[in-house]
This record gives sequence, C-alpha cells and structure tokens, in this order.
Amino acid sequence: MNESAFLTRLIALIRKETRQMLRDRSNLLVGLLLPVGLILLFGYGLSFDVKDAPVAVVMESNSAAAREAVSGLEGSRYLLPVRTTSMRDAEKMLRSGRVDAIVRVPIDFAQAQARGDPRIQLILNGIDSTTASSLEAYVNGALGTVALRRMDRGTGAPASTGTVDIQQRIWFNEAGISTWYLVPGLVVLIMTLVGAFLTSLLIAREWERGTLEALFVTPVRPLELVLAKLVPYLVIGLIELTICVVAARVLFEVPIRGSLVAILLTSTAYLIVSLLLGLFISGATRNQFAASQMALLTSFMPAMMLSGFVFDLRNVPLVVEIIGQVVPATHFMGVIKTLFLAGTNWAMVAKSCAIMLGYALLLLFLTWRTVRKTLD
Amino acid sequence: MTEARSSVVIEELCKRFDGPDGEPFAAVNGISLTIEPGTLTAFVGPDGAGKTTLMRMMAGLLQPDSGSLHVLGIDLNEDPQAVQNRISYMPQRFGLYEDLSVQENLDLYADLHGVPQDVRQERFARLLHMTDLARFTDRPAGKLSGGMKQKLGLACTLVRVPDLLLLDEPSVGVDPLSRRDLWEIIEQLIEDEGLSVIVSTTYMDEAGRCDHVFVLNRGTLLAEGTPDALRRRAHGLTYMVTPRDGVPARDLQARLIDAPDLVVDAVPAGGQVHFIRQPESDETRLKDLLSDCEPQRREEELEDAFMLLLHQHDAPDEDATTPPPLASQDVAGPAAEHGDGPVIFVRDLVRRFGDFTAVANTSFDVQRGEIFGLLGPNGAGKTTTFRMLCGLLPASSGELQVAGVNLRTARSAARARIGYVAQKFALYSNLSVYENLDFFGGAYGLRGSKRRKRVDEIIQQFDLDPSAQSGNLPLGYKQRLAMAAGLLHEPEILFLDEPTSGIDPLARRAFWRTITALSQAGVTVVVTTHFMEEAEYCDRIAIQDAGRLLAIGTPRQVREESGLDGGHMNEAFIAIVEKARAEEGQAREAA
Amino acid sequence: MESVIANIAQIVALCRKEIIALLKDPANRVILIGPALIQSMLFGYAATFDLKQVPYAVLDQSHSAASTKFLAKLDGTGIFQREATLTNANQIAHVIEEGRVLMAVSIPADFAERLASNRQAPVQVILDGRNSTTAGAAAGYINSVTAGFNRERGAAAPVTVVRRAWFNPNLDSRWQIMPAMVATLSMLQTLLLAALSVAREREQGTFDQLLVTPLTPLQILVGKAVPSVLVGVLQSTIVLLIVRFWFEIPMAGSLWLFYLGLFGFTGASVGIGMSISALSLNMQQAMLYTFLVIMPFTLLSGLITPVRNMPEVLQILTYANPLRFGVDLVRRVYLEGAGLFDVAHDFVPLVVVAALTLPLAAWLFRHRLA
Repeated sequence: MNESAFLTRLIALIRKETRQMLRDRSNLLVGLLLPVGLILLFGYGLSFDVKDAPVAVVMESNSAAAREAVSGLEGSRYLLPVRTTSMRDAEKMLRSGRVDAIVRVPIDFAQAQARGDPRIQLILNGIDSTTASSLEAYVNGALGTVALRRMDRGTGAPASTGTVDIQQRIWFNEAGISTWYLVPGLVVLIMTLVGAFLTSLLIAREWERGTLEALFVTPVRPLELVLAKLVPYLVIGLIELTICVVAARVLFEVPIRGSLVAILLTSTAYLIVSLLLGLFISGATRNQFAASQMALLTSFMPAMMLSGFVFDLRNVPLVVEIIGQVVPATHFMGVIKTLFLAGTNWAMVAKSCAIMLGYALLLLFLTWRTVRKTLD
Repeated sequence: MTEARSSVVIEELCKRFDGPDGEPFAAVNGISLTIEPGTLTAFVGPDGAGKTTLMRMMAGLLQPDSGSLHVLGIDLNEDPQAVQNRISYMPQRFGLYEDLSVQENLDLYADLHGVPQDVRQERFARLLHMTDLARFTDRPAGKLSGGMKQKLGLACTLVRVPDLLLLDEPSVGVDPLSRRDLWEIIEQLIEDEGLSVIVSTTYMDEAGRCDHVFVLNRGTLLAEGTPDALRRRAHGLTYMVTPRDGVPARDLQARLIDAPDLVVDAVPAGGQVHFIRQPESDETRLKDLLSDCEPQRREEELEDAFMLLLHQHDAPDEDATTPPPLASQDVAGPAAEHGDGPVIFVRDLVRRFGDFTAVANTSFDVQRGEIFGLLGPNGAGKTTTFRMLCGLLPASSGELQVAGVNLRTARSAARARIGYVAQKFALYSNLSVYENLDFFGGAYGLRGSKRRKRVDEIIQQFDLDPSAQSGNLPLGYKQRLAMAAGLLHEPEILFLDEPTSGIDPLARRAFWRTITALSQAGVTVVVTTHFMEEAEYCDRIAIQDAGRLLAIGTPRQVREESGLDGGHMNEAFIAIVEKARAEEGQAREAA
Repeated sequence: MESVIANIAQIVALCRKEIIALLKDPANRVILIGPALIQSMLFGYAATFDLKQVPYAVLDQSHSAASTKFLAKLDGTGIFQREATLTNANQIAHVIEEGRVLMAVSIPADFAERLASNRQAPVQVILDGRNSTTAGAAAGYINSVTAGFNRERGAAAPVTVVRRAWFNPNLDSRWQIMPAMVATLSMLQTLLLAALSVAREREQGTFDQLLVTPLTPLQILVGKAVPSVLVGVLQSTIVLLIVRFWFEIPMAGSLWLFYLGLFGFTGASVGIGMSISALSLNMQQAMLYTFLVIMPFTLLSGLITPVRNMPEVLQILTYANPLRFGVDLVRRVYLEGAGLFDVAHDFVPLVVVAALTLPLAAWLFRHRLA
C-alpha cells in the first residue's frame, strides 16, 4: 500500500516534469539542438594539428648541399615552404604573420657539412607556442630524414659509431590526430553543460513561481520530488549521448574501440551526477539567475579547464591537480577517452562507476536536504 | 473526524524572522487560540499582521520558535507529514503549473493525494462545474485570467475532501466578480460536505460571512468573536456626513482624517463621508471640523470595528510602518502654465496582441486638475490603456493625445510633462532614497545645484529618510518614494498604475490623502485600481471589462447607470459588468 | 551647445546610477573581482601544454651497461620519471592503458651488441595517444635526449637545427595563454553584464520608469554601455597585473596601445551584449543567449587552438567573433611589442562589429517593448 502510493506519486510527478519539459521550447533548444551545434562546431573547429603551415626558407647559400638539405621540407604535408633569399624579408613575413617559422640555411652550409658540423637555423614565432612546438618537431623530422638518407647512401659523414635509434609508436591514436581525443572530451563537456544547465533551473523555478508551497502540503515526499526531476532529463541526456557518439563515429571518424555497453554505463553514471549537481545548485540557490551562474562556474568551466580535456593534469602543480581530482568530470574524461580510443578496460569502468555512485549518493542526499518541506 | 475535538489548538506561539535591516522581528508574537471543527473561521489584519506566517505554521511549512501547535490533534513539531496528509492548503500565490493544462493540474494533485479513479471522475466534474472551468480543461493554466487561476487553485486543493482547509488570502488581487464566485464555492462546499475552513483575508465583507473572526495586528491577537460581537465594538461611534454642494467628498474626508484626535477614520462613500469619531472626542471641536454639516448616525459595520481596533493598537507606537498622511500645503503643484481644454484626449483607441483585442474602441477625455479613475477586473485592459497613454506601448489604431502630444512619437522633452508611478515598485531597490531621486532628477534634465535643491525639497515634502535603502522601505514608504520620483520635475499629469494593490487599509488612507493634496495643488491624476470603493475619491471614473469601456462619468452617475443608486460601488460594478456580459452573450447568440 | 551639455549631463546621471547600483551590492563587488582573480590564477597554472613530467615504464631486455647508461641519461633529465620496470612485453599494454605511464621504453636484448658493433640500435618507444598533443611533446623530448646520447658517443649529427623562438624564447605555453586571458576573462563578464543590464531593468519593472523620462534610447544605450566598458577594462587590468607581476611574463609592447586595443575589443563585446539585452524579454533569456554566444566565442578564438587549423568556412565565421581579434591584438602587443600599424587590421572587424551592434541595440530598445 505504502509502496504503491509512493509509485503513484512518483509517476504522477514524472509525468508532470516530462510535460513541462516538452512544452518549454527553450528546454528542448538547450537539450537537443545545442549539443548538436556544439559537437559540429567544435568537432570541426578545435584542432591542434598543424597543416600546410607556411614556413619561410631563407637560402643564403645556393649550393647543392644546401638545396638538398631543405628538400625534405617540400615533401612534408604539415609544412608549406616559402622560398626567399633575404633574412630581412623573412623576418618581415614572420612579424606580419604570413609565415609561422623561418628556416635559414647559412652561407657556409656546404663547408660546414664537409667539416661534419652542418647547422641550420630555425626561428619560431613563440606567440603561439603550441604551433611553434609542433613546427619544431616537423621541421626537425623533415630535415632529419634527408640527412639520414644521405648517410645511408654513404654520401654523408660515415657512421663512426653505433647510435640509438628511437622507433616511436603512438598507441590508440597512431596518426596523432588531435580530433580523436578532443571529440570524446567534447562529449564530456556537452553532457556536463546540458546536464547541469537544464536541471539547475528546475527547483529554483519552482521556488520562484511559488509552485512548491502548495505541493509541500500534500502527501508528497522530498525524495519523490528529486527523483521525478531526474528521470526525464536523464532520457534527454541519453539521447544527446547517442547523437554525440554517432557524430564522433560518422562525422569525425573517431574509432570506438571499447564496448558500447561500457560507454553507455559510464555515461549514464556521469549523467546522473551531472544532473544531480544541477539539481543541488538549483535547490541550494532557489534563484534561477544565481543557479545558472553557479552551474556555469562549478560545472562547465572546471570540466573544460581542469578535467584533462586539453590540458594534461600531469603538467599542473599539485594543488591544481587535487582540485582537478575533485571535479567529477575528470574521472569520466579518462574513462571515455579510453573507451573510445583504447578499448574496454572493465577495471577502469568499474572504478569510474564507483566514484560516480559515491558522488551521486552524496549529491542526492544534499539535494534532498534542500527540498525539505519547509519554508524556513 | 469522529472525535469532537478542536481542529486547531495554538498556545503561546512565536515566530521570528530577520528583517530587511538585519534586525530580527516577531512575525507571530505569543498567539494562543482554539478553533472548533466544522466552522468557517477568518483571520483578518493588515499587512504584516502575521496571518500568512500563522497559516504556514499550521500547514507545517514553518517551524515555530516557541509555543505549541496542534492541528487535528497532531503535534506539528513531531509529525508535519501526518498533518499534511490530511489537510489542504491554498497559499496566497497558488503556484499552478502554468504550462500544464487545467485537467493536468487537477490530475497531478489527485494523484499526489491518492484519490481513487472512480471517486475522481465525479469529483472533477463537480469541481469543474462549480468553478465554471469545464470549458477550459485543455487550456494551459498560464492562459487563464487571474480570477480563473484562483478558482483552479481552489479546485486543486479540493481534489479530495480534507479534514481541514486552509486558505491564505484567496481573494487578493481578484476582481469583485471572481471574488463573489470564489466565496460561493467555499460556502457551498461547507454546506454540502461540512468542511472545516480557516481563511485569512483583508476584506471585511468576507470576514462578515464567517462564524468566528480573529483580528491580528503585528503578530498579536487583538480581538476575537463572532462578526456581530466584533461589530458592536464600534457601536455609537459611526456617522455619515454630506458635504456642502460643490465640495468634493474627498476634500471633507481629507479634513476629517487630518484630525486624528477627533476622528478615527473617514472614507468617502456615495457622495458622502463615512467616519468614526474618537470615543472621547470633543463635541464642539468636531462640529467646527465639520463646518456646520450635520453628521447623521449610521449603523456600524465590521470594517468600522476593525479600523477602530487597529487605531487603538497602533496609536501608542511611534514607528508604525504606515506613513503619516501629508497635508496639502506641503505639495508643490505643476510648474507649467495652465491651459484650457482636456489634458488627455483619447478617441477610438484600439490595441491588439495577435488576434486578441486588449483594448477595443475606447474614447474618453480627462480635464485639467481632475482625478480620473480607470476601474476594472484583472485583464480588463486597464494596464494596456495606461501604458499607451504613457507612451510605453504603441496603439494599433486610434487617436491619443496627452498634454497636447502623443507621447509615443513625441520628442522626449514632451515626456518631461508627465510623471509615472508603475504598478510594482519600480525604482532601484539597492540604491538609497537620495540616490534614486538624484538619478531621476538627472534623467529629467535637472542639473547641479538646482537638482540638489529640488531633491532636498521633495525629500522634505514627502518626509523621507534620504539614506535609507529603497528596497528595505516598508510598502507605504516605497509607494511614497515612487511618487516623489514621479513628481520631481513638477509634471502636469501624474499616472498611477494600481498604486494601492497589496497595501493595507491604513496605508491606503494615507495614500489617498496625498492624492487629494496633489489634486488641490492642481495636478491632474490618472489612476487605475481594482478596489471599487476607491472610485469614491475620483472626480470621474471609467469602467473597463474585456477591453471595452462600459461606463464613464462621476461615481454617482455610474452608480445611477447601474440602477443601484445609493448602493456600494462594488455592487454597481458587478451589475454593470454582468449586464454588459449578458448583452454580449445575447449578441453572440443572435449572430 | 547648451543642449549638448544637457544631453551629456543626462547620460552622466545614468552612468553614475549604473555604477553606484553595481558597486553598492557587496556581492556584486565580489563577483566583479573574485572570478577574474581566481580564474586567472587557476588557469595560469592549469592551462599549460608544457610537459614537466613524463612518467614512463621500462622493459630492459638488454640488461647491459649500455642500456643502463641510456636509461640513466633519461632519468637524469628530471623530466622522465620511471614509474615501472617491466619484465615482459605483455605488461606494456596494461601500464599504458591504465594511464600509469605516458610512455613505455623497450630496449631489445641485442642493444649493447649492436652499439658495440657500430650498428644502429633500435629502441622502441610506445606513447599513450589518448592525448596526442602530450604524446607528441614526450616524443620530442626523448628524441632530443637520444640525440644528445648519440653525440656523446661521438656520432656526428646529420644536421643540427639551432632553434630560436621569437617573443617567447622557451616556448612556454603560459606566455601564449595568459596575455590572451586578459581579453577572454573580461569578455565573459562584460558580455553578461551588458546582456543583463536592460533585461534586469525590464524584469524589475524599472525600464518603463526609465522610458517615461525624457531620456532618448540613444542616451540610455550610451549610459548603459559606458559603465560596462569601464568594468570590462577594469577586470582586464586585474588580469593584466596578475600576468605581469605574478606570472612575471614580460611585456614588450606599449601600454597605451594595449589599452586602446582593450577598449576597442570591449566596445565590440558590449555592443553584442547590449543587442542580446534588447532582444531578451527577461534575465533568463539573456543568460541563455549570452551563453550560446560565449561558448563558441571562447573556443573558436584562437585562445587554445589556432584559428588557422579550422576549416575555411569556420575561419570566415570567426570574423564576427571580437575575441578572435581581441586575442590576436593583446597577444601581439604584449609579447611581440607590435605597433599600431602592425595590428591596425585587427581593429577593423572590432569597429565593424561595434558599429553594427550598438545602433541595432538602440533600435531594438524602442521596438521590442510590445
């Protein structure tokens, strides 16, 4: 009897929330259209991969050796060499942003090569240090392959001694395409954003519109109110997840090497935490304006900056890392990248789900406290 | 409820809140009372009396600080849920889910209360019939008029028969017609189902319908008893007086109200002035005050007793929240030259929103120096008309002139000739009184020492504290600040949109006293209100319903037109609106 | 002349009111300074691509003096930190997948032998590609350490690339990000402030009161835009001080040009904010629209990923994004010391955006009342 009354009430409330959600167009806008827009915009727009970067090549020496030395630049799909003879021209181009780097072959290059100490100068524009670092690696690679080929042919200085040769392989992302790791990260961002942003208004709205006062003086229990708000938005969140996963696979050709079940499981767990965080903010602030501000500051910004989305947590000071570890998105970020790129690692999935469960219980308790049936 | 015990037993109940200034104040201060089952009980009192706090505590929504509270024999401190399972409660602002339909709102509450399906159908049919909402079951609650929303709120609280029904000011902001309907439903349910009902209200005619009345003021219980017993407290003190020809009733009323040692309260009514004299007032001085008009005794009403009780309770207290009225010589008149002819000229004004006509073919004039009242139920088109007059909204068609120009298209300088006081307090709450006035002075083009002088002047005139934060002022003072801001630039015309809604009777008296003073200084005043008795302060009134102008003239003319001469303005209004609606209904059938 | 003074006096009255209203509330004062302060500190530390530690695993099947020497060289850099020593190749997958290490170094059994016989000795390096930017950086490090090892063994380098980075000699990514934050962080709040300015008054009913005064829409617009711009520039100044004195990133350019750029950029942001404000009927809508605008503005500005890496179409769309030019402007003036002539082209889109949005907002004020 008691249980069936609980269910009747819960179903009635879920029906109410669902109807409200479907009738409010701004909800659907944020809930469904926004994620599609975001994943398209950022999936295409965000990339660290340098392609056809213009590089000024200053040939101060026009010897055959010099020409051969820079011939590797022509073949690189990352670089677009722009030949010039004067260093002044090249510097001007670098300053005005027409080239990203200068490769300078000094006038005595051939003689130096004969001496066994050939040098080439590389000048980078440090304003964009990320691009600069990538360019350095590409230029090194392009120049290095030519030199090695020469040595193999025996035309260069003879190998007087054995050398260590690094043969590198990048696992999970062989071509090193940044989109592959940015898109799974976007899934996390979108689910954080939509989860917290949609629900952060729900309880606050009821406080502001005065709908809770009448509702409190009925047999309804606080827990029923919270659960009823969770369910419809969980469904929306899962639809979003599906959209994101399909877009990742079809549009951005990110491999999905893990099992879909594992992806669904961890995502649902994270989604619940994200939605509950929004509900908690909503219940604690009781004010839509403050709630959406808080949601932005406490969920989206940390998920973008501190979860390891682009900035690796390994690089930050300990304090920042600890803050990062507190953010739920951090734990989801690691798992979802693994599931997309590496494969199913059930231990990681279990750990992440356990952490999410902990967060969910904590937030559920806190949210439940904020909707105690009192106006005090 | 088989046991014959009291529905509510309250002993020494206290509840404190933190005031806006950070000081705690007692909203309910040591109230003890007992309410018998099967009765209709009223709590009456002005704003801040503690009615809502008391209601919320009985509903288990607020924890008392001290004292005990039993509802239906259950201690609310111990098991609020048990009480909430058995009572129904309608808060002051019943929060309907505006995006859900009427039927869906009802279903939700029926589900939450666990009303069985078979009982439900019959109950819904009955409630929808009584509330006259049966036609609108599919309409979203947000699209209902204010009165209909309130009825739907009542229906939602009555999806099952509760052991006790709590209604917190169910008729606040509701027009007289809907108010009458609401009470008919409540009384019918009491008759049919033997409900126990507790209602809080500021309307004395509603309290008069109850079995038992508790009068509250500032957290304490002033008096209790049957309406008749309470009414008799004013016995022998109530009079009415007719002013001499050519003197507006409000001028005489203002004079009476300015003599608080002789007169407790005075209101204009039907061309006369009703007043209550102080029990020990001096006969000869009273005669002087009335300047030879002969007062006649009249039968005392519940309202008289209520005003008497409040004045007696408030008298010793110096820092009452109600501002003292202003005397006429304090108020500056308009700076501009007076011309002739109507100062507001409206012909065939129409405003449509989509296919909804908010204002249809409205024409009227307002003469210089008049107090002109725009009356009507919620949603009648008062505010829309008003916003068009002030230039805040373009008219769909028609002609419109205010002070000789159309404010919508006129150069901004023309707007300097009007003052506007919005319905809600619309000054900057987090600025101080001085900062607000200083800003509006600047916005109206006053500069330098001239502005400082004018601001100081108006602060003195309106008896305001310049350093107080505007948002923390009591409602009556907020009202006064808003008027001060509207009068800074000494406009010819002052527009006031629903200035008295939500203000208690004492503050309303003070407000109208100020309006009378302004009018005496030559300012034209246009005011909207849904308190019908306030029409008595106006020189002329116009009654609007569903966008149409139904009647226009002096209050007496309008009463005569309704065929209820000498009656209360409330009844005259209901008669006019019902007649117009009936005619429209016939016209529609004919077509 | 008299009417011009009167006109300006009215605007000043409005500006003054806006600023008093903003600064009066202690919560507001905190909101104006707190987030800018905290975010610039937090992001200053968190937003970095510079790999300072590379945890790695070793599978040394050579167990020779040569391999030990090679590994000692790695460990000696202070960047590479040995987290695990493996005994067979099957363990590699596990440590990488778990994320315990970023890199696994596998030295084959014939390593010493090949070196001794003056042959090339391959060393396999496996990197975790789940963040390919980090992986790329780690690969770069181990390559340069190896080159050094080879040189010490007397091997002549095929060619030595002598690197020099202009404007940011150590290619420190903080130098890249933090000056851009001067523009970004203040944009977040100026946009919101401007977007809420009218929406808030509308919701609280004070906007009607403003409209019945003789103030013209243009005066209202200017009166509301000026305080927002001032607040934006104030916030930028806070971030600037942190960047210059806390993170000690040297400033190469002229301060006046920097501020000229900030005013231009903030003006364009405020124009967009005011248009949003005029379009939205309540604060909630204003928040939502602001949000929809801020996200792409931030992510597609070149702040994190370069604009040049985007597809053509998106690159063209970013001309409407004041932050793209704001970021470029402040970065170039701050790091590069660019002169007015160098960055003049950045001002053009900013001025165009401001010139379009501000009049649009003024027009909308009057026409979105019904």
